[in-house]
Amino acid sequence: MIMKIIFRISILTFIIAAFFTSIALAQQPVPTPSDDQVNHIAHQLYCPVCANTPLDVCPTDACRQWRDLIRQQLAQGWTEQQIKQYFVQQYGARVLAEPPETGINWLIYILPPAIILAGAFILFRALRMWTKPVSASTASGSNEDALKDEYVARLEEELKNRK
Amino acid sequence: MIESTTSTPRRGVPLWVQIIVWVSLLGLLVIVAVELDRSQQGQVGPGAKISNFSMPLFSGYDWNGQSQIQLSDFRGKVVMVNFWASWCKPCEQEAGNLEQAWQFYKDDGRVVFIGADYVDTEPEARAYLAKFGITFANGPDLGTRVSQLFRIKGVPETYFIDQQGVLQYAQIGPFSSVDEIKSIINPLLK
Repeated sequence: MIMKIIFRISILTFIIAAFFTSIALAQQPVPTPSDDQVNHIAHQLYCPVCANTPLDVCPTDACRQWRDLIRQQLAQGWTEQQIKQYFVQQYGARVLAEPPETGINWLIYILPPAIILAGAFILFRALRMWTKPVSASTASGSNEDALKDEYVARLEEELKNRK
Repeated sequence: MIESTTSTPRRGVPLWVQIIVWVSLLGLLVIVAVELDRSQQGQVGPGAKISNFSMPLFSGYDWNGQSQIQLSDFRGKVVMVNFWASWCKPCEQEAGNLEQAWQFYKDDGRVVFIGADYVDTEPEARAYLAKFGITFANGPDLGTRVSQLFRIKGVPETYFIDQQGVLQYAQIGPFSSVDEIKSIINPLLK
């Protein structure tokens, strides 16, 4: 009987302890995001008002405000994607270090590999064309040598006959 | 013998490849030209018809209870659009003048003041508005859509649109006095 009561009390204590622990964990504030976490996202964004300056290294007051905003959003549990989306909505797609793969932006992703491929193709063809004339000239060179040898041989023959 | 080796038929680049390459190059040049032309265009000048645009407003800075405005809502009125930002020091010089001018015209009903907050953060923008006691309609220029329409080069810049939606005056830089603002608006009201 006593064992039963002890068992029930211990179960009850465990449930109460688990309940309050979960509340305490739930109420724990999100730790303040570090500079590295902020800069990781800021590096993927550009200052909307400065020329070609990533947000993580931009020294202006405006950029400091934006980095603070990123810190606040991270503290509120926003994801990297949500923060970037917010910046695009507020300041336009030009703030993104990597332009979104839409519309004319596709050219940025398609053109460089296409140009490299075309260059490789042209180089391949050019190399092939350069090698052909060389073999042809080698062939003609050997023909010339052969003709020359023939000529020398005839010359020597005639000189021999004259003697 | 030699002739026979050099007269080997040469296979050139196929015609369709040449066409694709040249058309691509031409297209690229057109895109570059258009973008260069756009980037070298200055601000919208007087006489230009301003296209309709919409803009959300900060709560507490709405227009007659509207949290979203459109330029077309103000046809028949003189509209002043002021681009500013909380990080902009020259904007602070004119903030008080703009509010004084608004206090002068607001009961007239023929003039509308709109503040467009250019690439800013809302808490700082609100602090700025509170600091200078600004009461006229103000909102964020989301995605820089409105500033792109006016092709602004910086802040502050202020544009005055007449009753027919035609731009009459563009102020680049801050106003130095209330009288300067009045001297632009008054002739438009006649």
